[in-house]
Formats: sequence, C-alpha cells, structure tokens
Amino acid sequence: MNPNKRAPHVILLTILVYFFLYAPIFVLVTYSFNASKTNIVFTGVITQFGDLKLVDGNVMQSPCGPFHWFCELGKNQEVMNAAKNTLVIAFISTFSATVIGTLAALALQRYNFKLKTFSEVALYIPIVIPEIVMGIGILTLFSQIFSYLNNSFGLSGDGRLGLGLTTVILSHITFSIPFVTLVVRARLQGFDQSFEEAAMDLGANEVVTFWRVTLPMLLPGVLSGALMAFTLSLDDFVITFFTNGPGSTTLPIYVYGLLRRIITPQVNALSTVWILVIFLAVFLLQWLQNREVRS
Amino acid sequence: MLRKLRENKSFQGILLISPTLLFMIGLLILPLILTTIISFGSRNSDGGVIYSFTLDNYIRLAGFSTSCDNGATSCFDPLYAQILWRSLALALETTIIVIILAYPLSYFIARASAKRRNTFLFLVLVPLWTNFVIRVYAWMMILRTEGVLNGVIGAVFGFLHIPFTPLNMLYTPGAVLVGMVYEFLPFMILPIFTSLEKIDNSLYEAAADLGANSIRTFLRVTLPLSMPGVVAGTILVFIPVMGTFIVSDILGGRQVILVGNLIQRQFLDARDPTFGSAAALILMVMTLVVTYFYTRKFGFGEEIVIG
Repeated sequence: MNPNKRAPHVILLTILVYFFLYAPIFVLVTYSFNASKTNIVFTGVITQFGDLKLVDGNVMQSPCGPFHWFCELGKNQEVMNAAKNTLVIAFISTFSATVIGTLAALALQRYNFKLKTFSEVALYIPIVIPEIVMGIGILTLFSQIFSYLNNSFGLSGDGRLGLGLTTVILSHITFSIPFVTLVVRARLQGFDQSFEEAAMDLGANEVVTFWRVTLPMLLPGVLSGALMAFTLSLDDFVITFFTNGPGSTTLPIYVYGLLRRIITPQVNALSTVWILVIFLAVFLLQWLQNREVRS
Repeated sequence: MLRKLRENKSFQGILLISPTLLFMIGLLILPLILTTIISFGSRNSDGGVIYSFTLDNYIRLAGFSTSCDNGATSCFDPLYAQILWRSLALALETTIIVIILAYPLSYFIARASAKRRNTFLFLVLVPLWTNFVIRVYAWMMILRTEGVLNGVIGAVFGFLHIPFTPLNMLYTPGAVLVGMVYEFLPFMILPIFTSLEKIDNSLYEAAADLGANSIRTFLRVTLPLSMPGVVAGTILVFIPVMGTFIVSDILGGRQVILVGNLIQRQFLDARDPTFGSAAALILMVMTLVVTYFYTRKFGFGEEIVIG
C-alpha cells in the first residue's frame, strides 16, 4: 500500500484546512443568534420568548426567542424583494441556459459544421477571462444601446429604457450556457447510440426518438447542468453588479450594499438561511450524481 | 426541399448551435469588441463616450499624466502601474498559498475509502457554493478590531496574564490575502482531487517494491501525475483573483486598491468608462498571457470542469 496514506502530517493539515473552511461559517451562524443589535461583540443568545424588550442595545426578549433576527428578516420587505428577484432570475436563466446549452452540446458532439471550432472557442471565453471584464463589457453594450434608443425615440422619464431584470437575466443565460454545454457534452461522450438506432429501426422518427430515447437517457446530465446553472446564477455577484438596475437588486447585491452601512445580525440570519439552502442543494446534486454512478 | 434540409447534417448542426452563438456573439464577443473600441475613445463631461482614436487612456495607465499638481504639462506617476503590479503579485501569492493548503487535503480525500470520499467532498462543496459576498462578510467579523480573532487571542492572553492590545487586522493587505485564499481554496481542491483520484494504487505499490521511500514516491509518482489538476486549479484561482474587487473592497477598505477596484470605480464613481475599459483590457491581456505561457509549459488540464 501507499506509504503516505496515514501519514500524520497529512491528517493534521487536513484537519487544519477543514477548520479554516468551516470556522468562518460557524462564526456567521453563531452571530445570527446574537442578542447585540450592533453585532460587533457576541453578547449571548436571546433566550426569552415574549414581547420585544431591549436593554442597552441588546435584545433580551423577543416573540421569536433565539430566532428573533430570522423573524425580522421575514418582515424586511427589501430582503423579500431581493429574494424574489434572485429566484426569478435564477429560474428563468437556468431554464433558458439548460435548453440552449443542451442543444449546443448535441450540435458539438454529433454534427460537423462550419462554425464548430469558433463555437468551441467562444464557449471557453467566459472561463478564461476575468468576470469583471465580461461585466463591464455587457454594461457598456447595454448602456450604449439604451442611450441610442432613448435618444432616437425621445423616451423620457419612466419610459426610458434602462438596466433591470431583463439585462440581468440575459447576462446570466450567457455565462451559464458554457457550463451546461460542458456537463451535457461529457454525458454525451459516453452515450450508446445503438438505443437510438434501435428506435429508428422500429419505425420511430427523429422527433419521437429524441423525446422517448435520447432525452430520457441524457436527463441526469441535463439535470446536473441545470443545477449548476442555478447555483451559478444564485451565487453571482460581479455580472449582476454591473447589469442590475433599480428594482432588480438580488440578495448578493443587497448584502454587499449592507456591508458598507450598519450591519445587524439580520445579515447573519440571511447568511444562515443561505448556507442551509446551499447545503440542501449540494446534497441533492451529490445524490443525483451518486444515483447516476450506481445505475 | 424539406427532405434535403433534413438530411443536411451541417445545416442541422448550425440550427442547434445558433441560439448559443446568438448569446456568445451578442453578449460576449460584441461587448469585448465594444470595450476595445471605447478604450481608445475619450469621455465627455457627463460620463458619456466620445468615439475617437487616442492612446490617452493607455498612456495614463502607464503612468504619464497631463494633469499635474505642480502645473507642469506632463509628469510621471506610477500609481496605476503599481496597482497592476500589486494585483499580479497578490494573485500569484494567493495561488501559491492555495496550492500548499489544497494539496494535502485533496490527497487525503483521494486516498479515503469511496464511501467517506463523498462526505469529505461534500464538506468542500458547501463553502464553495456559499455566497462569495457572505464569505467575505464572515472574515470581516473575524478580523475587525473588536472581532472574533482578537477576542480569542485576548482570552488566551488574559488566561496567561499577558497584557494584550487588540491588533488592527482589518483593512490591511494581509486581510485581503486571507480573504482571497479563503474564497478560492475550494476551486483548487476539486481539480487536484480529480487528478489524484485517477492515480492507480498499483503505481504506489510498484514504487514501494522498487525501494522508493515516501518522499521519492511523492516527487516521482504522485506530484507529476497530479500536475494536470494543479494546472486546472491554478487557472480557476489565478484568473478570478486578478479581477475580483469585493474582497479588497470589504477587507482592504481604501488601503488596498487592486485593478478590479480601479475598473469598478471608473464605471460607477469616476464615470470614466473609457479609462475603465482600457484597464479592463490590460487586465484581460495580463491574465491571458500568464495563462497562455503557464498552460504551454504544463499543458491544459481537463479537470477544469467543477461539478
């Protein structure tokens, strides 16, 4: 056996790195139960249930008890709007990018055409250029187009075209497509085409074959691609930062705005909820992949 | 006619790829071309773009200024060159530290039993997908003067009866480095793990049979075979670190300005998109050049896909 396997220094370093990865997350979660309103020092957990009672900037008693900041979060209209925007953007861009990216994967894996090399290179661009370059590029394009249209149609006031949900969604679709294509293409590479040939031999046309044979067999790959696009969209800060406008604030943008002002434990409560959601999403992704490996 | 189209494989391929091309050309290639064009332009007083051909923005980036304090017509100020250099140096430092931290962990995961391996990987994926902004915020709580780290050190010192004044750790270059390492560590662990996992156990056995000790086995077998993972991880870490502005913004305050902050400010505060575009292009060229030479030396890793 490999002599390094149980080397004590490897185990020690592993423990230290895991500690480094999880200590900040532990701090975030702990402080979401902090009684202190200013949230600079941890003054203890809110233990009493009952009407809201504040002493020296510490919450002594709350209708929600230790979950005081989570309840406040639920009442915060800005957070709820940002959460809604984040989900709307993630769902629409994931759906579009998954469909478009899957078609691209089929084209690249199964067909030969003139623009194939160009397409492959284009799909690698988002991976090899810094996100900020893509962000400012899209911002420049949209602002130039909008100012041209606003001027030539004489749009003014609320009628003016500007950045918003649509521009964010279009940008998210753009950076998600390459990842969906990569994942689906990897799945297609190990694909046994004899099933499709059998379907055709039995008289199914291309459309029926696609819906009844190809797609069901591709589905695990398509689903992992979709889940990846979804997490990328939920997580995105840089591109959204440059392409969002009034009314299209997402949660990461909202949190960033708060970090430059006063931070209450509400931000920690939001982080805790977020970490929980991510925990479940990663769990689901791994479960899907493991099921795929087993079958 | 329709039959002919149905049999034309090339046409079908184009049809399937066309929505992708529409997005890639419209929202990726076109913006890059536009960025290049306006980087040679100049701005008007309200932050609009005047299309012209001037190298002013690049000359300004190189450090030559026409608005000098002492009234001279031109002067040299290496401010922007320093920012570019600082960003490059920080990206290299971060990448090296991340490799050193990620390697043993990836090795440990790759050598674990199949059942445990998934659990250990899961534990890497959770911080990876936890939002970037939230993770910077966590370090803000840890590093600030009244924060968690000073609290812990203070408690230890107090226990030992040693006087302790809280350290100023937030808004220092060190804070930015720690933040960057934390943000990008998972991006290195996964590709190195993927390449280590592929190494067949029989190779270790052969090395041991031939009398190699553990250090020799590591240097001659493990390390060379895991290089594709290290290369892929380096690309996944180096490129984003070069352009990130949140970490330096939140943990560096106004003390640590990187090229990402410079670009962001030109577009949002300073309202000079032409200068910002020039800086963005230089950033892109710098990352592409480093990546190109690096991958030419070590090959392009297939482990680039995380998922």
